[in-house]
Amino acid sequence: MCGIVGIYLKNKKYNSQLGKFLTGMMNSMATRGPDSAGFAIYSSEKKKKYKYSVCSNTDQVKEISKKLSKQVKDIKVKSISDHLIIETAMKPKKFIEILKNHDELSLVGYGSCIEIFKQVGNPKDVVKNFSLEKFSGSHAIGHTRMATESAITTDGSHPYSTGEDECLVHNGSLSNHNNLRRSLQKKGIEIKSLNDTEVAAGYISNGLIDKKSLKETLLDGLKDLDGFYTFISGTKNGMAIVRDEIACKPAVVAETKDYVAIASEFQAMAHLPNVNSAKIFEPEPGKVYSWGK
Amino acid sequence: MNLNLKKESLRKVNETLQSIDRKSNKKIFKISNPDGNHAICAGLKDEIEVTIDGHTGYYCAGMNMNANIIVNGNVGTGVAENMMSGTVHVKGNASQSAGATAHGGTLIIDGDTSSRCGISMKGIDIIVKGSVGHMSAFMAQSGNLVICGDAGDALGDSIYEANIFIKGKVKSLGADCEEKKMNKKDQNILRSLLKKASINESEIKNFKMYGSARKLYNFNIDNVSEY
Repeated sequence: MCGIVGIYLKNKKYNSQLGKFLTGMMNSMATRGPDSAGFAIYSSEKKKKYKYSVCSNTDQVKEISKKLSKQVKDIKVKSISDHLIIETAMKPKKFIEILKNHDELSLVGYGSCIEIFKQVGNPKDVVKNFSLEKFSGSHAIGHTRMATESAITTDGSHPYSTGEDECLVHNGSLSNHNNLRRSLQKKGIEIKSLNDTEVAAGYISNGLIDKKSLKETLLDGLKDLDGFYTFISGTKNGMAIVRDEIACKPAVVAETKDYVAIASEFQAMAHLPNVNSAKIFEPEPGKVYSWGK
Repeated sequence: MNLNLKKESLRKVNETLQSIDRKSNKKIFKISNPDGNHAICAGLKDEIEVTIDGHTGYYCAGMNMNANIIVNGNVGTGVAENMMSGTVHVKGNASQSAGATAHGGTLIIDGDTSSRCGISMKGIDIIVKGSVGHMSAFMAQSGNLVICGDAGDALGDSIYEANIFIKGKVKSLGADCEEKKMNKKDQNILRSLLKKASINESEIKNFKMYGSARKLYNFNIDNVSEY
């Protein structure tokens, strides 16, 4: 089943409430996906700085910070539950290589404005563990997972990020992900898990590397990705949604002058301001909708 | 009687509506703050009138018998699924599978519906004032589906003996669905359905009718004595 949610704020006055809005959305979708949960938050871009979201399997944050600061000069580490947000000017290629030497750390995502958190457990607990309510930002995407294609692990949890400031959440399942994984890996896209969604995320990264727009890439995906899906994809500029041509997997969009919200079910947005007077519609099959700067 | 879903649990509200004391005169109910909850007004069996103020989730008014239910908002998947009798009137849009497998009653939708409207319908009358999505009236067995707008792909795929009346464009027809000539009887059916939904009867002339070509399912009228 799985629940997916996304919110893009058009009006900056709500930025400080982004985490609060997403918390309500994730909590209400806990019934659709009780196995694990995750979310990506986009906040304002820090020029010449990168944020690396890392999941750690140790609680010795201080020691890790010390070790890392020996290898990287200007490092700032923020610890939230079992995740670390590492801020540095070091470029991704170099820093990811350094991270690979740390078995206790696994990279969840990186970019100039994205932060990603994911964890096994009921979504209601997960959002509490990460204090999602306190986050602010411009847009956010979340997922509650009912595992089908791969094991219940943090690796198997959404959102997936295979490129800078990118993320993808998925409700559905893909049937040609093994073939696609191999061909993407040959092109140099790093896909770590056996999960189908990570392959779709890699597919999008590959399209963006080829200088296609997110919309073009998602439209190409309608031909290349075989299976059932509603995808919500995020970049630093905004978010997009697409449903496959059969459109078995649900999605509702509510748009007001202040925000655009997407969810698997309307009840996930019932707490949003003025939602009852929003323009509410279901995305049509095989059509890409996007919002952003 | 007002029922507030912010104050009372969904189960409590549904129980109240499902166990009406027939000696009492309480016939009119109002539900506020539905907030997209699922199965609101499922399984009602008395002749009561319920107005839901807001948007509902899945299976709203499912299995309805006798009740007259009005939704001032949108509804999620499977509104009035398996309805037996009564009326459900949605003032907004409906999601997938509106009126699925319903045996009777009337479902009126003022807005659009998404895919699979009237899937496997078994006798219900559905009137959609807007458009319907793909695979509508899929395997529809009996009853009438009236569409005032357009229909998506594969309308009436594998249809049995239900009628489809449509005013707008059909993107494509499903397997074994074909246009039929409308006779007086069909026109009378359509007239009464339009009347139910307060649509001007003069519109009849703008409708086309579709039904089964009867080539796909194992029924051939020439062999009727054999069955």
